[in-house]
Amino acid sequence: MIKLGVPSKGRLMEKTFDWFAQAGITLKRTGSEREYAGAVEGAEGVQLVLLSAGEIPRELAAGRIHLGVTGSDLVREKLADWESQVVDLAPMGFGHADLIIAVPACWSDVDSLEDLDAAAHRFRATHGFRLRIATKYHRLVREFLTRQGVADWQLVDSQGATEGTIANLTAEAVADITSSGETLRANHLKILSDGLIHQSQATLFASRAADWSGQETRLADLARQLGLDAPAL
Amino acid sequence: MADKAQSRAQSGRLLAQFLAAGAVEVTPDILQPAEALLDLYGEDIRARAYVTADPLRGEMMLRPDFTVPVVQEHMANGAEPARYAYAGEVFRRQDHRGPARSNEYFQAGFEIFDRADPEAADAEVFALFSGLLSKLKLSATIGDMGLLRAAVDGLDTLPERKAALARHIWRPKRFQHLLARYSGQIEVPKARADLLTGQRSGAPWIGLRSREEMEARIAALEADAKAPPLASDAVAALNALAELRCPAVAAPAALRTLAIPALEPAIARLERRLSALAAKGIDLATLQFDASHGRSTMEYYDGFVFTFTAADPDLPPVASGGRYDALTRQLGQGREIPAVGGVIRAGLMADLEGKA
Repeated sequence: MIKLGVPSKGRLMEKTFDWFAQAGITLKRTGSEREYAGAVEGAEGVQLVLLSAGEIPRELAAGRIHLGVTGSDLVREKLADWESQVVDLAPMGFGHADLIIAVPACWSDVDSLEDLDAAAHRFRATHGFRLRIATKYHRLVREFLTRQGVADWQLVDSQGATEGTIANLTAEAVADITSSGETLRANHLKILSDGLIHQSQATLFASRAADWSGQETRLADLARQLGLDAPAL
Repeated sequence: MADKAQSRAQSGRLLAQFLAAGAVEVTPDILQPAEALLDLYGEDIRARAYVTADPLRGEMMLRPDFTVPVVQEHMANGAEPARYAYAGEVFRRQDHRGPARSNEYFQAGFEIFDRADPEAADAEVFALFSGLLSKLKLSATIGDMGLLRAAVDGLDTLPERKAALARHIWRPKRFQHLLARYSGQIEVPKARADLLTGQRSGAPWIGLRSREEMEARIAALEADAKAPPLASDAVAALNALAELRCPAVAAPAALRTLAIPALEPAIARLERRLSALAAKGIDLATLQFDASHGRSTMEYYDGFVFTFTAADPDLPPVASGGRYDALTRQLGQGREIPAVGGVIRAGLMADLEGKA
């Protein structure tokens, strides 16, 4: 059996079901409303596993599921050297969100990473500590800012209500997911013009660690059905 | 591959040789307070070091290197001059798979804290390492972070621009961006132009950074906008300096052809160092000089830098080191002392000796 991990609730689950339905594969939840069991029709030897979207990267890395649907941001954030652990099979065209860096809109002098870097330098000299950036995307933000050569910042962990950290004086900037930008505007924040870290969308991934022996034909069939090239695993 | 016992034994032999060369052994803790390391290296260190927590001492790190604790120990209670040696494991988180990237390995190191003759101390460390590694047929490269620093300090421009460039010498991408900005090679972005014509946001003020801090930066940007661009020949000379690679013996003359007057004291130091190296039997014709050596990988070094590398490009350097005067200033709470030193990867050395 090929185990396919899919988000267990909400719009991500519904859109995933729609995406597979277009290829003639019916995914559905079975049992009661609260029971996380599922069934697959229209594809041979595929088992549906309903999981929290946030756990799917870890399950793919561990090889407990063969295929999984989750945000590309979560895979890049949660898996070190992600390309060595999973294969990106197909962007699915929904669940779009941008991971961006935002600062207070009142900072008229800060529009770019160059400005942020200069402001961080002065901030550290004035306040005695590095400019704080609140985020839950530690790996992505750290790699981005390091690659861009920005200095004198530190990350502070924020697992929710990140946009409020600046007004609460626990951070000077934020790095968070946004789709419409409304929450940012409501909290008097603006996005840096070159502060786009990653454009995320729901993506179908294949695990490199999963046991694929005996599944080659099933995978090839499934890939053909979905209109994809069979992945090199 | 050398096993752990062989690596440990190799690091012990190196330690004994460092002690025979006049060093005193120091034994820093494996668990180091995270604060000093974070303050020094910034958030990057979290990607490279293992962080753990102690309920009473707070955030701790598994020793990612010996240099910082050795400097702290010297600044707290060391007598001058001093020579220190150490051997033990260091721990490096690896976020990327790749060949020969151990996350735990043995290092043996030697450090000199001495004010009397910095170039002689540079040569002493290098020649000691060169002797210990002589059987392995490694190639050695030296550089000097003081050269780029001197060239930046010598630019005919605003002190703020020089300070910004000097701050980013270790981040070549940002350095080049600033250089392009200051020499007018990239257009002023619209947001900056609007700011300089007096446009301000109407958003309510939030956060810890104050309005005065913003006004101070705007004043600096206004002064910057009025300053003439960096001369293109000065930028070309700086870039030529950053790209200079040649045999060490030819380096002083090659540096002088760049015609950067501010480099002269740094070139004189390089000449003294090369003479000291030659006096210790180092062949300056086979020793490579690279003016950008260590620029993106050896963060706290601010003068002489060196590495010894094997032919296999997948292997990390067998030995590396350099001068870190500024680090002693940062960790010395008002005091400072010229310092130079380096480390040898004992396990890698044992591997190569096994193959030799």
